[in-house]
Amino acid sequence: MSLTGLFLIVFLLVHLAGNLQLLHHDGGEAFNRYAKFMTTNPLIKTVSYLLYTFILMHAIQGWMLWSKNRAARGNQRYAVHVLRGAEGQSPKVASRMGWLGTIIFIFLLVHLYQFWLQMKMGVLPTVEYDGVTVNNLYLPVKEAYTDLGFVIFYVVSMYVVGVHLWHGFQSSFQTLGLNHRKYTPAIRFIGKAYSILVAVGFALIPIIFYLRYA
Amino acid sequence: MKLTLKVWRQKDAKDKGRFETHQVEANEHMSFLEMLDVMNEQLVSEKKEPVAFEHDCREGICGACSMVINGQPHGPQKTTTTCQLHMRHFKDGDTIYIEPFRAKGFPVIKDLVVDRSAFDRIIQAGGFISVSTGQPVDGNALLVPKDVASKAFDAAACIGCGACVAACPNASAMLFVSAKVSHLALLPQGKVEATRRVRNMVRQMDEEGFGNCSNVTACEAECPKGISIENIARMNREYLCASFSSEE
Amino acid sequence: MQLEGKIPPGQLAEKWTQYKSTMPLVSPDNKRRLDIIVVGTGLAGASAAASLGELGYNVKVFTFHDSPRRAHSIAAQGGINAAKNYRNDGDSVYRLFYDTVKGGDYRSREANVYRLSEVSANIIDQCVAQGVPFAREYGGYLDNRSFGGVQVQRTFYARGQTGQQLLIGAYQAMSRQVSLGNVTLFNRHEMLDVVLIDGKARGIIARNLVTGEIERHSAHCVILATGGYGNVFYLSTNAMNCNVTAAWRAVKRGAFMANPCFTQIHPTCIPQYGEYQSKLTLMSESLRNDGRVWVPKKVEDAKAIREGRKTANDIPEEDRDYYLERRYPAFGNLVPRDVASRAAKVECDAGKGIVPTGLGVYLDFASAIARYGKSKAHSMGLENPDADTIRKLGEEVVEEKYGNLFEMYEKITGENPYKTPMKIYPAVHYTMGGLWVDYNLETNVPGLFALGECNFSDHGANRLGASALMQGLADGYFVIPYTVGTFLSKEIRTPKFSTDAPEFEEAEKAVTERLTKLLDNNGSQSVESFHRRLGKIMWEYCGMSRNEEGLKKAMGLIRELREEYHKEVYVPGSMNEYNPELEKAHRVADFMELGELMCLDALSRNESCGGHFREEYQTEEGEALRDDKNYAYVAAWEWTDTGKEPRLYKEPLKFEAVELKTRSYK
Repeated sequence: MSLTGLFLIVFLLVHLAGNLQLLHHDGGEAFNRYAKFMTTNPLIKTVSYLLYTFILMHAIQGWMLWSKNRAARGNQRYAVHVLRGAEGQSPKVASRMGWLGTIIFIFLLVHLYQFWLQMKMGVLPTVEYDGVTVNNLYLPVKEAYTDLGFVIFYVVSMYVVGVHLWHGFQSSFQTLGLNHRKYTPAIRFIGKAYSILVAVGFALIPIIFYLRYA
Repeated sequence: MKLTLKVWRQKDAKDKGRFETHQVEANEHMSFLEMLDVMNEQLVSEKKEPVAFEHDCREGICGACSMVINGQPHGPQKTTTTCQLHMRHFKDGDTIYIEPFRAKGFPVIKDLVVDRSAFDRIIQAGGFISVSTGQPVDGNALLVPKDVASKAFDAAACIGCGACVAACPNASAMLFVSAKVSHLALLPQGKVEATRRVRNMVRQMDEEGFGNCSNVTACEAECPKGISIENIARMNREYLCASFSSEE
Repeated sequence: MQLEGKIPPGQLAEKWTQYKSTMPLVSPDNKRRLDIIVVGTGLAGASAAASLGELGYNVKVFTFHDSPRRAHSIAAQGGINAAKNYRNDGDSVYRLFYDTVKGGDYRSREANVYRLSEVSANIIDQCVAQGVPFAREYGGYLDNRSFGGVQVQRTFYARGQTGQQLLIGAYQAMSRQVSLGNVTLFNRHEMLDVVLIDGKARGIIARNLVTGEIERHSAHCVILATGGYGNVFYLSTNAMNCNVTAAWRAVKRGAFMANPCFTQIHPTCIPQYGEYQSKLTLMSESLRNDGRVWVPKKVEDAKAIREGRKTANDIPEEDRDYYLERRYPAFGNLVPRDVASRAAKVECDAGKGIVPTGLGVYLDFASAIARYGKSKAHSMGLENPDADTIRKLGEEVVEEKYGNLFEMYEKITGENPYKTPMKIYPAVHYTMGGLWVDYNLETNVPGLFALGECNFSDHGANRLGASALMQGLADGYFVIPYTVGTFLSKEIRTPKFSTDAPEFEEAEKAVTERLTKLLDNNGSQSVESFHRRLGKIMWEYCGMSRNEEGLKKAMGLIRELREEYHKEVYVPGSMNEYNPELEKAHRVADFMELGELMCLDALSRNESCGGHFREEYQTEEGEALRDDKNYAYVAAWEWTDTGKEPRLYKEPLKFEAVELKTRSYK
């Protein structure tokens, strides 16, 4: 869980950096060029297959863990539900990672269907920059982000991603055995800052689009 | 103080179990177990069967007492076993739910008594240093830095009560196992067989049907001895190293 | 019949070494063919099972707990003695031996005690190797502290949880043998009888406490390591389940009970609060290193405190009586346990007790806090620190030393011992008496051995602090692995015993009958209520001080109570299930018989020694008055039949190395 998680954490940063191209006031040129680069560069392509594998692995491992852990708990629940965590920890989030992950997975399906699949199927309109033809991915993005329903869906999903990361970031270090009286507080701080950055960063894009173009 | 107790009754492992309600008159100086003694005396005087619960030293060190009080193993006080929990932390008129530790690895024997022999089997799998009587060198021939001895002690303070398992939403036994792995791996005399030890203990832990750690940290919060999840990280580290090691 | 101690010949210091090199051995091949049953998994039982397993014997070990690690050795706080002389303060094997014999008021066997002192150093080495995290100094060397009744620092410790750490060490060593298949563990099994075939111990009857099934287990010999019987007093520092049943069943089968009246009353326990109280909690003796015991000088001050009109802090220094320092200037607050306990009783009897029941004295850390605070301030380079700073620094030092004990005190009493002095009172803690054993730790029943607190051997009439852990481990690690050979070397041709033998049949029937009788009794009173009543009689008449009249009265009362018990007790549930009430009922029935024997023993010993204080025999200053001419013997009692007077055998104690003196700590 932790290794695939850490990989996905790195991916999210790259993804966010790329998506920020959307905010250029250039009718989507920067973004479309970036999308083209991402889908044609052989190195990136290899990495992207790794990414798909890791996402699947992370999800499958997660579900397996979830079901094993539920079985370990047994059928009978406590009559009074109390969940106390160690100092500075968020036990409620930690105990709901399975649910959060599942929501994220559903989001991913929608997300991929909406943008990634359409590009792969070649049904997107094209646009030409300096004589090079590229898919105009910007168009469906803009379309989605001016629909209030989708904006809310994205913002809520990003909140879930943020919460998932809030625990996931530092948890992956703990699982890898990297717990140290001196450095762990720093890791926790970075983890929290990162979660906020990623969640807010991604959520801002649809919001800005909506405010700008709707 | 008058209390309403909702106590879990279960005849044996196969029985489904249910809550039973009892009224008890207690006072604030009593320990929680003494309050249960009063309830049981009452039941016996009515010729009913008393509630079975496990207890022994009543000093917070043997680890026998094992119930969940209002959803928390060993009750609401931090770093306190049930036997050391006193009624002054409750109010007149309170309703208290008392349940056994619930986990697949700890099947119920009767009422609040569960079978924790899985912990013994985990220790048998490797929670020791292989030294026979008569072999050792002088105690001072092995120097142990004060802070290392102290850290090892912090881990060795585990009383094996199983509250970590009871508190964990995953019923994971990682805190217990890691406390033992840490205790022995930290000391120079225990390092020799650290690889083998962590491998075998983790294997046994999995076989016993305990869940995996997802870093909820409820174990540390509910541990009556305040064992830190740092130990879990240390065990993870030891285990990773063992996985990459070529040693048998 | 003359009791044969089987003490080997030779110089005291050479006896054990010589004996070890001449005693018969069992070859590795034969060990594999021999079965040993060990009952109990405390320090003595677990260490014995581990060591015997390592040697290659087939060991079956029994505990009534859910796990061997719950045995009550786990609750020992302070430490373990060893004659290492790491402090360079003049300690030696002889001095530890001498202190122990003297501390025991010259009622133990010289040779046994010397052996104990001799192997004490090996115990520390063994435990360190097992991973016991003893306290260390900055240089990495083992640390020591001081305990009552001695003037050297020889006590090794692991914070306030030494017993826990040592027991876990032994438990782990035993677990290793379980994993290797040399030891088979039977948890939740209670031994209810010992089976004798042709006069030799060849097995036990045990009840599976989960299913209620009565089981037969055979072996070539049986080792009992089942602890002490302090719970006969109902309120004691023992764990709730500690009991005499295993030892008592052995007595019923012919083993002798030695010095049963020698009971240790520990001076520093949390006083009793109310009727419902189920047990008393010990505060480690190590606290007396820094705590000062006192009561108000004036009875009216004590009365005011009892009634809540004054607190300890209202009593000015000149109105406090630090009675231990006053009466025993040489040892001060660190006098042995029996002396400190009796002194507390004297003060409370004089009306100076400071808790509502009148039974409590103060243990005050204010001086220590000030002293440590000043020294810490000095080492930090603080000039003229104010009182608050000193107090704060001092509290930090005290917390480091005794933090967990202070915390435990606060949890139980709800009072903060850093601010107000602790309240303490003596409570039953340990029983020096136990099954009579010879030098091999074998009882008078061949093939039946007793180790640890279960036997009587090493502490005489009073045990010194930090010596119980030492004895339990010495017996298990370093004595029984050798001495069991003296019996087993003659058994190498003996085939395994079938549990179908008529002796097993008879013993199982007896057990079943006893249990059925209790269950069918259908009286109206709980087991607990009888136990509480027995405890009251014992504490009143056979507790900290005893007299002829009281003891005679107690014996009558116990007899009546016993009769009432078998008529009136109500035991719910059935035999074939998990039934803690039934377990308790059986144990209390045995306590009822033991209690009477204790009184008889106390009555027949017309002297005061150690924990046995007969009011008729005291000096003018109120100190114990021994009678070495007539009572320098071990009183071993043979049970004849319920209702008949047990028969007394005397094993004379010969002192060659030490001179019998009046024990003085002044």
